[in-house]
Parts: sequence; C-alpha cells; structure tokens
Amino acid sequence: MATQPVFAEAPAPDSIESLFAVPTLHCAGCIAKIENGLSKVPGVEGARVNMTAKRVAIRHDPALSPPELKAAIAAIGFDAEPLADPGVDVAAAENRGLIRALAVAGFAAMNIMLLSVSIWSGADGATRQMFHWLSALIALPTIAYAGQPFFRSAFAALRQGRTNMDVPISIGVLLTTGMSLYETLTGGHHAWFDGAVMLLFFLLAGRCLDSLMRGRARAGVAALLKQTAPGAMVLDAQGASHWVRADALRPGMRMLAAAGERLAADGRVVDGSSGLDIAFLTGESAPVPVGPGDEVQAGALNIDGPIIVAVTAAGADTVIADIARLMEEAAQGKSRYVRIADRAARLYAPCVHLLAALSFAGWMIAGAGMHQALLIAVAVLLITCPCALGLAVPAAQIVACGALMKRGVLVKDGSALERLAEVDEAVFDKTGTLTLGRPTPHGLDRLEAQDKAIVLALARGSRHPLSVALRQAVEAEGVMPAALEDIREQPGEGMSGRFGDEAVSLGRPRSLISLFDLASEYRRGEQATLLRFADAPRPDAVVTLADLNAMGVTTLIASGDRPEALEAISRATGTTAIGHLRPQDKLALIGRLKAAGHRVLMVGDGLNDGPALAAGHASMAPASASDASQLAADAVFLGDRLAPVPMAVRAARRTVRVVKQNFALAIGYNIFAVPLAILGHVTPLVAALAMSSSSLIVVANALRLKGAAR
Amino acid sequence: MTGVAILIPIALCLGLLGLGAFFWALRDGQFEDADGAAVRILIDEED
Repeated sequence: MATQPVFAEAPAPDSIESLFAVPTLHCAGCIAKIENGLSKVPGVEGARVNMTAKRVAIRHDPALSPPELKAAIAAIGFDAEPLADPGVDVAAAENRGLIRALAVAGFAAMNIMLLSVSIWSGADGATRQMFHWLSALIALPTIAYAGQPFFRSAFAALRQGRTNMDVPISIGVLLTTGMSLYETLTGGHHAWFDGAVMLLFFLLAGRCLDSLMRGRARAGVAALLKQTAPGAMVLDAQGASHWVRADALRPGMRMLAAAGERLAADGRVVDGSSGLDIAFLTGESAPVPVGPGDEVQAGALNIDGPIIVAVTAAGADTVIADIARLMEEAAQGKSRYVRIADRAARLYAPCVHLLAALSFAGWMIAGAGMHQALLIAVAVLLITCPCALGLAVPAAQIVACGALMKRGVLVKDGSALERLAEVDEAVFDKTGTLTLGRPTPHGLDRLEAQDKAIVLALARGSRHPLSVALRQAVEAEGVMPAALEDIREQPGEGMSGRFGDEAVSLGRPRSLISLFDLASEYRRGEQATLLRFADAPRPDAVVTLADLNAMGVTTLIASGDRPEALEAISRATGTTAIGHLRPQDKLALIGRLKAAGHRVLMVGDGLNDGPALAAGHASMAPASASDASQLAADAVFLGDRLAPVPMAVRAARRTVRVVKQNFALAIGYNIFAVPLAILGHVTPLVAALAMSSSSLIVVANALRLKGAAR
Repeated sequence: MTGVAILIPIALCLGLLGLGAFFWALRDGQFEDADGAAVRILIDEED
C-alpha cells in the first residue's frame, strides 16, 4: 500500500524529525517525487508529505543539517523553508475535542430517540420503565462528556460575574437531566433525556462549524519565527564552520550566510558584500546592498554572495522578535471584541431565566404543587433554549465563508465577518498590496524573438528576484529557451553563457543609471540592452479604491516606502498617502484612527504590516504576503486582483443582515412557543419537533447566502 | 420481551463499535491530510 510506507519499520533510535514547508505542492506527482526522492538521499530514513498543510516531515540522521535537507529538496525541484518549531496546534486540538463530543452526542441522541419513539407510540408499564432506565444509562455519561464545552464556558462566565449563551444551555440541560432522572427513579410517565441530548447535539454542530473556520488563526507568532532561519553555520577561531541552532547563537559569534539563506540573528557584516532582501521589514522589493560594517537583521534573505556576520543580538533580542511581541500585544485588543451571538445572549439569557423562574413561581402560587411547577419551568427552559440562536450565527457565517472561498477569499473566523461588516475606513499598504510586490520587466518588446529565448535560458538558471521576474514574463509570452552552453552564475555579477560562438550574459548594469531604479543588463557580443523593472500596481487598484469609497469606506495609503515612490499611485487613486512608516508607526496610525472613532480595515502584506494587521478592527492580506501577515490577517485573498476586498466587505454586510434575520426568526418562534409552554401545553414530542423545525428554518435562511460573494 | 432484551444490547453494541471506529480513525490521523489521501491513489508504485 502506498498510504503508510514510510514509517512502517521502526525508526532508528537516534534519528530526528524535521518539518519543512513546501508551498508549491499541488498534485500526486509532487508527493511521489518528494517522498521517493528524499528516501534516496543518504541519511534520510523517510519522508511523509502532508498535502493539506503543504508540509513534509523528514525523519533523518541528526548529522544532516537543515540547509543540507533544504538543498536536497531543492535538487528534487521544490522550494522549501525549514519550520523552526512544529509547536502544538492548540486550535486543531480544540476542534478535535469538539468533533469527538459531537460524535458521542450524535450516537446517544439517535439511540435515545429510538427508545423515546417507542414510548411515545404506547410502550407502557415495565417496558416504559426499562426504556427510561436505558435512556438514562446512555444519556448520563453522554451529558457528562459532550456537555463539557458548555459547562466549562458557562462556569468561566459566571465566575467573572457575566452571563453568556452557555449559561441557559447548561442550566437547561442539567435541570432537564435532573428532572428526568427523578421521574425515572419514581416511575413517572415522562423523561426528557432525548430533548437534553438532542439539544447538545444541535449546539455542538454549531460549535464545530464555528471552530472549523477558526483554523489556525491563533498560531501567528509561531509562524513569524519561520522567517528566521532555524540556525546558522558558525565559524570558529580556526576558521572551521559548524552548524549551530538559532537558540544557541550568542553575540560575538561569527556566522556565515551563503546566497539564498536567511539570517538567523541580528548582526554586523564583517566580511563580504551582498544584497539583502529585507522586504519583510520595509516592504520594499529591491534588495539592499550591504558591505562590511553594515547592520543586518535576522530573517533577511541573502541574495547575492556569501557574507560573514558578527552576531550582535540573537533569539528574543532580535528585531523580528520585537515585531512578534508588538503583534501579540496588538492582537489582545481584538480579542476583546464581543461577538454578535454573545451580545444577544447578554440580553437573552437573563430573560429566559426570569421567564422560567416566573412561571415556576406563578404555578406554585396557583397551587399546582412543586412537581408540576418544576416540570413547566423545565419545559420553558427547554423550549427557549437557544438552539436556533446557536445555529443562527455559525450557519450563516459558514455559508458566506464557503461562497467567499469559491471567489478566492479565505476568511479565518466567524467573528472576522462580523468585524469586516462594520469597517468604515480602509488603510492600504503600498508594496505588495496596491502593487504586485514583485518587479515586472517593461520594454521587453524591444527584444528580438531569439534574444528573448536567450534571456529565458539565462534567467532560468538563477534565483535572483529579477531573473525570476524575467523568466515569468518571457515564459508568459510562450517563448521556449534557447540552447546555451557554459551557463554559469557569478555571485553579484549575474549569469553568463555562450550562444553558438557569441558570449551572452545577463547581469548587473555596468553603468549605474539611477539609485532606485531596478535594472538588469542583457549583453550579446558587443551589444548591450538595458532591461528596466518596476513594481506594477495591481490591475484594478484604482477601481477598487473607488468602489470602497462608494460603499462609504474612506481609504488611506500607509507605506514604509519613500514618499516619492508613493506619488504616482496616490495621484492615480486620488487617495492620501503617508510614507516612511515603521511597523510601530503604522500601529500608532491605526491607534489614532481608532481613537477618532473609526473602525479600520487594514490591508497589508509585509511583516512590517503585521502589528497593524493584528490591531485593525478587521484585516486582509494577499496570498503573496509573508506567512506571519497571512496569519495575523482575518482574511486572505488569492490572485493579482484587489477586487476581493470590497467583495468581502459587501458579503460580510449581507451575512450580518441574515444573522439578524435569523435572530428575529428565532425570537419570533419563542414568542409563539413560550406562552404555550408557560401554560403547560407543551409535551416533550411537541418541544422536540418545534426545536428541530426552528433550527431547520434558520439553516434554510442561511443557505440564501450562497450567492453572497458577488 | 426477551427479543427486546437481546436486540437492544446488540443495537447499542453496534453503535458503540461505529463510535469506537470513528475515535480510532480520529486518533490515528486518518483526517489529518484529506487532500493528500485523495491524490495518493494516483501515485504509481515503481517497485
């Protein structure tokens, strides 16, 4: 079988497991290539791909270092990033617990319902007694297990002197169970184990839907540390190099960073010169040239040539760790947001308690006796139990999220939709958000077809961002690469090769045209052509901003870039732009807007936007964003277009409208059913049917949101 | 009545068996990588 071939044999005792993120995984062929290719690498015992998480777990000899494994994956043809720490996925564990509880409740509800049906259809005497006992036998452990999520949350709320939706649920379930048990013990005619367990089942279904969407939203900080390397090659006094883990790096060590590697610690360059990609910090796509004496930050990607860096700060003292802390603090503000369902519960729960208590008191005064009065109070609690309310919100949100997902917007959390519906101010980052964030060559049409083929053949061999951009642009025109000989990459200079007997090359321009312009020079024989690059705006940036304005959302551009670089886009979109903002400045800007009473939607991609994304009332990031930003954002949109942003806001507003309709439906049902229950006319069968039908109506209304994303 | 006494335990046991199987599958990681499982069937085994 192909499913579990890898770890079938017992792993050698001293092997370790490393995790790599492989974002380009997309088909069965990729899985086979990586798993088979890696098992052939000496020292690797096995590899197992997880397609859903786009990860590969490699079990290997501890002697193999992460860069070697990364190179092995690259040799197979995939880009991989080592994951610093697998960590424990808290949200996934919580979700699994809920699914387990749902399975138990579903099993119990079906069996108890089966027994109840035979009681309703006339089982009598000893048979009814036995069926009640059987129901109790199934229901009691089920409620003790599957009811825990509600009991725990209700207890936590009560201890803080608050009340939420879980309080009436818990009281209702416990009281119903207690009454049923009493009835069973005394040989009474009715028991409501079926109602209590079915209630739990419906509510757990809503809870599961809710937590499915939440996904991995909480793991933001763990992902941020992915940006730094898990370790570095450190040079000792004799000049020999050995691998040191990032958490063992100390100031004063000298680490060697080869081209294509990320730095593992902050430091100062002592030898060599190169270009560093620090887009995660500044958002600028152009590599920054560094030489001896320059300061460099952990997480920077070394692009051109090897450099030796003296470590000045490692681990928790690095700039990137500071941003992680900022993000964590900013996200705390968001967690104080009260969800619509809980806001409704604040009003609803006291009403329900009061009604049940009043009907108990009323029947006591009317002289009905303790037993009957308690039965009626339980019926009131059961029938008002927010079954429909519990489904009203998650059902609408999951349908809307599904519709948005089909249009390329991934929403992480139900509360994100609620917050997205409330925004009235949108702050956009520039590089990578309003623009594509990658250099695109222009003026390619000046090249002859043959030259394009040569350029493609040269660019293919290099991972320099400009080469990658050239390759993508030329490949998009359907050009096939020319056959070249002697292709070589000279770090810092570029690619060179031979076409027939002409020397051809692609590299750094000999004459420096402008300090900020990105350019690459293509030389063939004596003739040289300059290829210029620019960061192109997203195709619909102007329309999108106008669209948002028309929806009553004001827009603003906030960037870490130079103000001159913002002029063009600011003029094109007619939007105010603020430049030179550091991550903490963006955070402060959001804070000022918040203080002015605005609800801010932050749209950004870079790590420098991370704190602002976490602080915004709602936030969105393009799929090209850094992992940390994608995790900090409430929603991620795919593709080169910006139109998903207003579409998501519009869909969110419609969702909230449907949620409110659902509340109205659920409350309307209660207004109709509660008087009947208070008057003592509701039998268990009626209560069960009414509960299910009100839930179905609410779900059907939510299904109307299928076309919400337009 | 004796029929019920036999049939009900059998029905409950079968249900519990299904529940147990689901729990086992959940713990065993059968739902960890649903996308991967769907495409793995397409991999040709070379040996």
